[in-house]
Amino acid sequence: MTQRILFNILQVLVVMALSPLVKGVLTRLKENIQSKRGPGIFQPYRDIWKLFQKDEIVPEESSWIFRATPYIVFVTPIFVALLIPVLTGYPLFFAFMGDMLGGGFILALGGFFATLAAVDTGNPYGPMGASRTRMVGFLAEPVFMIVFFTVSFIAGSTIPYIVHKHWVMPLANFLEPSHILLMLAFLMLIIAEGGRIPVDNPSGHFELAMIDESKGLEYSGRGAALMKWGGAMKFFVLLCIFLNVLVTPWGLAHGETLGEILLAIPLVLLKILIFVLILAVIESSFAKLRLFRITEFLGAAFVTSVAAMITRLLEI
Amino acid sequence: MSDPQAALLVCQKLNALAGGLFLLTAFGMIAMRQVLASLNLFVGQSILLAAAAFFLGLQHGSVHLFVVAGITVFVKALLIPWLLRRIIRHEIYARREISQVLNIPTSLLIVVGLVMAAYFISSPLLRVTPDPFIRLNLPIGLAGLFLGAYGVMVRREAVPQVIGILSMENGAFFAGVAIASGLPLIAELAAAFDVLIIALVMGLLTHRIHERMGTTTVGRMVSLKEE
Repeated sequence: MTQRILFNILQVLVVMALSPLVKGVLTRLKENIQSKRGPGIFQPYRDIWKLFQKDEIVPEESSWIFRATPYIVFVTPIFVALLIPVLTGYPLFFAFMGDMLGGGFILALGGFFATLAAVDTGNPYGPMGASRTRMVGFLAEPVFMIVFFTVSFIAGSTIPYIVHKHWVMPLANFLEPSHILLMLAFLMLIIAEGGRIPVDNPSGHFELAMIDESKGLEYSGRGAALMKWGGAMKFFVLLCIFLNVLVTPWGLAHGETLGEILLAIPLVLLKILIFVLILAVIESSFAKLRLFRITEFLGAAFVTSVAAMITRLLEI
Repeated sequence: MSDPQAALLVCQKLNALAGGLFLLTAFGMIAMRQVLASLNLFVGQSILLAAAAFFLGLQHGSVHLFVVAGITVFVKALLIPWLLRRIIRHEIYARREISQVLNIPTSLLIVVGLVMAAYFISSPLLRVTPDPFIRLNLPIGLAGLFLGAYGVMVRREAVPQVIGILSMENGAFFAGVAIASGLPLIAELAAAFDVLIIALVMGLLTHRIHERMGTTTVGRMVSLKEE
């Protein structure tokens, strides 16, 4: 029992420690593909460290929401990391505290507070970015729901560990058309939720074109560091759900010894890096969509997920 | 589970995969705004159709389905795109949006409804047969047929309409290879040749229309033009 709690905490530490690295590698790869040198892969660590050293400035008119938000944004991915398979293929201590829907709600809580805080400051760009994020959010929501319902219908459960078990067993399950379609739909969701390029440009510096970034413009010092770190962890957690539960359920630890769990860390990291390479290629080969084209992008994701549901429900 | 049975299961799953992606390309053709992207999706769809025919051939052990796959790849993935690109070059490479009656999100929602309708229409037919290939291919082929027809209805330009008709044909073929796998080879050959001629005639016609009118936007040609 104590061992499982320890592993669960180890899982959280891995998410906290490695998430800036994944962001750094993604940025570096993107710059390299566009034949630029780019910052080193450890740059996000340096950024976060630097920001923790700086003084924090809080707008006079803002309320407690503005001050509490960085902590909420930082803590919510950690809670989700307790619920999902990051390193192990078997359920850990907290695994049955919440299912995938619960995880989705916890992540949405962070997004909700970030939106409120952006409106709280009185900076004109904040509410604009916030309302745009909500637009992307409510278009992404039905896709999330249908993906989760289809997945849990196939696996007979909404607990991510059990879903993951279902994909591991026969290889034939992997090739099912509904599975491929779900993977595509979820990939489009990750792009939309993570603010990656066809939807949002994460490295843009033009406030009028920002969607996700402009919410954090007012933060400085420790608040900015926590927001940045929390964003990186949210991305990492989404990648873990995508890769460990839906796409490649291999390489997770199945034994109860510490050695096996430690061995799973490089394997999971390798999977994530391969996916990040694919993501960098996607980001470099598309242009950012116009704001009102995002409806179409997520509409396509919705249709894909519905097609997955139909092929699954009606073929049998 | 014995070995041939396992191989059969893998074959069936691969066919299902081809079917799922086939459906996705059909959706993609509705969602695309440019002619070239539509044409590329059509090529992809034809290759998936050939793949499905290939897996069916593996399952039934029939050589002539392999030939059908070969003909499909040759005619639909190579010859027709080449022909269209040659005859109506400026239309294919036009970097503008296809003019449509409905906007794309609405189209996508309607199309989802059409796919559901395809499944519901084919479900009474599927009760007759236990063959998993037919159970998968018939509804998806039917959906491909509906989506192609929808594309023809909604788009106001000649070239996307040609691509729509060709993709309808793909859908019919996708269902056909599973239902009538005993069809004589000569019929398949004739069908493939037919499609080629259709593409050629329509391409030439479009080319002429473009020469005469300076546009192929069918929607604008409701009133007759006097010489």
